[in-house]
Amino acid sequence: MFKTRSIQSSQSFKEKLFSLDYILIISIIILGVVSIFAMYSTDGGEFKYHTKSHIIRFGIFFIMFIILSFFQIRLWFDATVLIYFLIFLLLLGVKYFGLTSSGSQRWLNFYFMNLQPSELMKISLILFLAKYYHRVPTHEVNKIKFLFIPLMVLIAPVLLVITQPDLGTSILIAAGGVIVIWLAGVKVKFFVYSSIVFISLLPIAISFLKPYQKSRILTFLNPDRDPLGAGYQIIQSKIAIGSGGFFGKGFLNGSQSYLDFLPEKHTDFIFTLFSEEFGFFGSISILILYMIIISRIIKIGDMTRSNFGKLYCYGFASAFFIYIAVNMGMVLGLLPIVGAPLPIMSYGGSSMLSIMLGFAIVMSCKIYKDTPVN
Amino acid sequence: MVNFSGDNTLSKSKMISRRMFIISAAKAVVFFGIFGRLVSLQINESKKYRTLSDKNRFREWKLAPQRGVIKDFFDQELASNEKVYQLHITPENSVNINQLLFRLKNILNLKNEKVSFIKKKIANQKPWEPIIISDNLTWSEFSRINLLLHELQGVEPVVSVARVYPNDSTSHIVGYVSEVSARDLKQKEYLRDMSVTGIAVGKTGLESKLDKEIIGKVGFQRYEVNAYGKRIKQIQVDIGQAGKSYKTTLDLDIQNHSAKLIEGKAASVCVMDIYNGDIITMASAPSFNPNSFVHGINQNEWNGLLENKEKPLINKAISGLYPPGSTIKTIVALSALENDVVSPHMKVHCKGKIDFYGEKFHCWKKKGHGYMDMRSAIQRSCDVYFYEVARRLGVDRLSVTAKKFGLGKKILDELSEEKAGVVPNTSWKKKYIGKNWYLGETLHSGIGQGYFLSTPMQLCLMTAQIANGGFEISPRILIDKNRNNKLKDFLDDRDKEEDKAPNDLMFANFLKPLFRNQENINFIKDAMFAATNEPGGTSYSSRLRDKKFMFAGKTGSSQIRKFTEEQRELEVKQDELKYENRDHALYVAFAPYNNPRYSISVVVEHGGSGSSAAAPIAKKVIKKVLERHNLRENFNNLLTQES
Repeated sequence: MFKTRSIQSSQSFKEKLFSLDYILIISIIILGVVSIFAMYSTDGGEFKYHTKSHIIRFGIFFIMFIILSFFQIRLWFDATVLIYFLIFLLLLGVKYFGLTSSGSQRWLNFYFMNLQPSELMKISLILFLAKYYHRVPTHEVNKIKFLFIPLMVLIAPVLLVITQPDLGTSILIAAGGVIVIWLAGVKVKFFVYSSIVFISLLPIAISFLKPYQKSRILTFLNPDRDPLGAGYQIIQSKIAIGSGGFFGKGFLNGSQSYLDFLPEKHTDFIFTLFSEEFGFFGSISILILYMIIISRIIKIGDMTRSNFGKLYCYGFASAFFIYIAVNMGMVLGLLPIVGAPLPIMSYGGSSMLSIMLGFAIVMSCKIYKDTPVN
Repeated sequence: MVNFSGDNTLSKSKMISRRMFIISAAKAVVFFGIFGRLVSLQINESKKYRTLSDKNRFREWKLAPQRGVIKDFFDQELASNEKVYQLHITPENSVNINQLLFRLKNILNLKNEKVSFIKKKIANQKPWEPIIISDNLTWSEFSRINLLLHELQGVEPVVSVARVYPNDSTSHIVGYVSEVSARDLKQKEYLRDMSVTGIAVGKTGLESKLDKEIIGKVGFQRYEVNAYGKRIKQIQVDIGQAGKSYKTTLDLDIQNHSAKLIEGKAASVCVMDIYNGDIITMASAPSFNPNSFVHGINQNEWNGLLENKEKPLINKAISGLYPPGSTIKTIVALSALENDVVSPHMKVHCKGKIDFYGEKFHCWKKKGHGYMDMRSAIQRSCDVYFYEVARRLGVDRLSVTAKKFGLGKKILDELSEEKAGVVPNTSWKKKYIGKNWYLGETLHSGIGQGYFLSTPMQLCLMTAQIANGGFEISPRILIDKNRNNKLKDFLDDRDKEEDKAPNDLMFANFLKPLFRNQENINFIKDAMFAATNEPGGTSYSSRLRDKKFMFAGKTGSSQIRKFTEEQRELEVKQDELKYENRDHALYVAFAPYNNPRYSISVVVEHGGSGSSAAAPIAKKVIKKVLERHNLRENFNNLLTQES
């Protein structure tokens, strides 16, 4: 399949290889290496399960990212609807055959890995909407009939994920979708009205939340409400980050994580661990690394001539930024704890797969930046 | 800037770029929000969070220090430490604390009150702080616990040290320790940062007075712990410091001997070195077992101690107040001589009683003593003679001399239980009773009755200061750097250089003579000799014939209740009275007469007369004291050389 498509391309393989975005690739590699060291630290300075499995995942998915980068952008464009419905089916499958862990049904067992389809939905929704708005002319974007499908494809998976229940991921999926709708040029009025409706419906929505989700929100508003219970995570995370100081406590010396005061240190709180050990200096470095990645994606979006590519790259870059902002805001005590992984850094196969897939499509946009999608 | 109405003429890609620009602006805001938060947490408030992180990381377990020991003059321990088997539990380590307590209750036969007390305590402290379930397990209980240890999670058998008092005879002086109470925490500031499981605090006696120094310094073990409280590694350890040990002037052998002699009575014996003020014995009966308090006294035993009419908890030697009775006559005579009120040759005819402004004043001897001079009046303790002396002297001049010789004030710094007693005079009565002084009361004061109240230790000091030639000494029970034998050395030197006039000694700055004319002191000493060693003397029957042991003393019987005329007519004997109404028997003495070294006072509550109840005890104590004199002297020299 790869070969037949490449024949149609005017570029030689060498040209394609040169047109890869190496700044982006190197940034991702650096981030991957940092994440492996962080994972090594969460294992208590030993080469154990989490570290090994993180290395394997990063390795496999990185190679996958490079290979998929050479797929024609048109191929992605064509496959978008199929991908979306496939993942939507998987999400439905979770509802009936999913694995349950800590009270939440999120995973499908695929023998070689437990897949979390909601993570893949983050990318496929952006992809789907990018394709949808690629077709819709600008002056018709605000027509009700062209709003109907985007809202449907956004709300349906979000509802499925909320009921797993997984508030964090559903918010991130929705964020990605809303960003693309915004980029497509839907009127500001629409966003303002829907925000008003959403906020006025919020109290009703909260009453449908699980008790633990309610308590998380209350705890965010006042972490000292229950310092040993729900507020524990926020308080301990702030202590860990704050005690890191400017240069940190040193690699493998983060007492908060080493002595198990830090919850979920492999996944959502990986930044806390890193920040405790490497301090303000390390945190800012990571933040800058992420900004480089994001700016590269935006740059690629600028270069791409197709609107599909632009919408996708901008959408993905913005969503990527939101993932980071939500995770960091959460561990820094700026947002409630909702369960959102830090891209690449956090332990978790589906998240890694989804992000790498996202990068692959971005890279494909770069390589085939001048190729029209239809 | 951006056409929000969605201008149709705009190309799609331009629209996307504009919208993206807005998003980028929003991103920048969020980025700086995160950046600012990192600055605030990791730079501005880093110190605060580092402290919090250390608070998470480290936990301290305090270690109770070992109390200093209290020893007698010959280094025998009066308060020592022994190994005890204890049972601690750490609530955090147990799976189900209530179940654990229930099991322990059955194994150790704990009472319900004890269990609920422990539960209350658990609720009030940190879950990792150990609690003592039992601080003194028997060996069999200890081994039973060890056998079942694998089933009792959270239980920790501990071998610890606790206070032990080897003898009861010193209970009143040494006092006892017990668990820290809320009141102790309020009163003793140093205890506040010493909240250690199992620490005991001195409650009475020297244990209380010396507590601050004797308790030692609390140590600690600092561990790094994980979030579940499990100790990861020891960071720092400070084993603290054992408390300071103290040596007293007491001679345990004499103390035990004295305690034995007054066993079964309510009585006290005091023995003092007349030159340096060393208290060699301070026995008080009945005594109590101080060990009962160390591990918590049970209610029955406590009530028993409180309800006992003979007041075992009171140190009668310093807290018992008695009218000095005839023992005061030495001071009355001395005061009269010093003030030139009477001559020793003044004669008074004793007919058994006198009439004084219509009130009858009786002599203890109904038939009367006949013609008495001062020496024979002291020897035979003639009351009528001293009524006359007191009348001429007046109570105010008497009170000056009595106070000089140590009556009416606290004389020991080392024990807070001490009472001051009363030396009455006209202004005292005006102030405390609010009435004018009657002349008749002067007569009562002349024989140590009326308002006069003194402790046995004060009487012992009074006698010591007469016996040493009239020099002020300060009694003490602890051996410290202020202890010296200057007075003894000085007097020894003076005796060698016979050409020096006696008055020269007045110029030695450390001497505080209590007399105007030392001849008067010598006269009193001689009269006391007569009272013991010449026929007709009140304590003649208790004398020691051996020249080496010969002593001089004065009896006293202090009335509890005035005899009615009827009783006087019937010649009611003391044994026929109810116990509570009998006289207190007193005796003061110094020994050996030829070269005085020790003074003694014996008080037997409701013992009847001084000559029959108190003097015989004094005799036996004096013998023991003098027998051990050389030993003490040798030890004393060793001690002086050391310092």
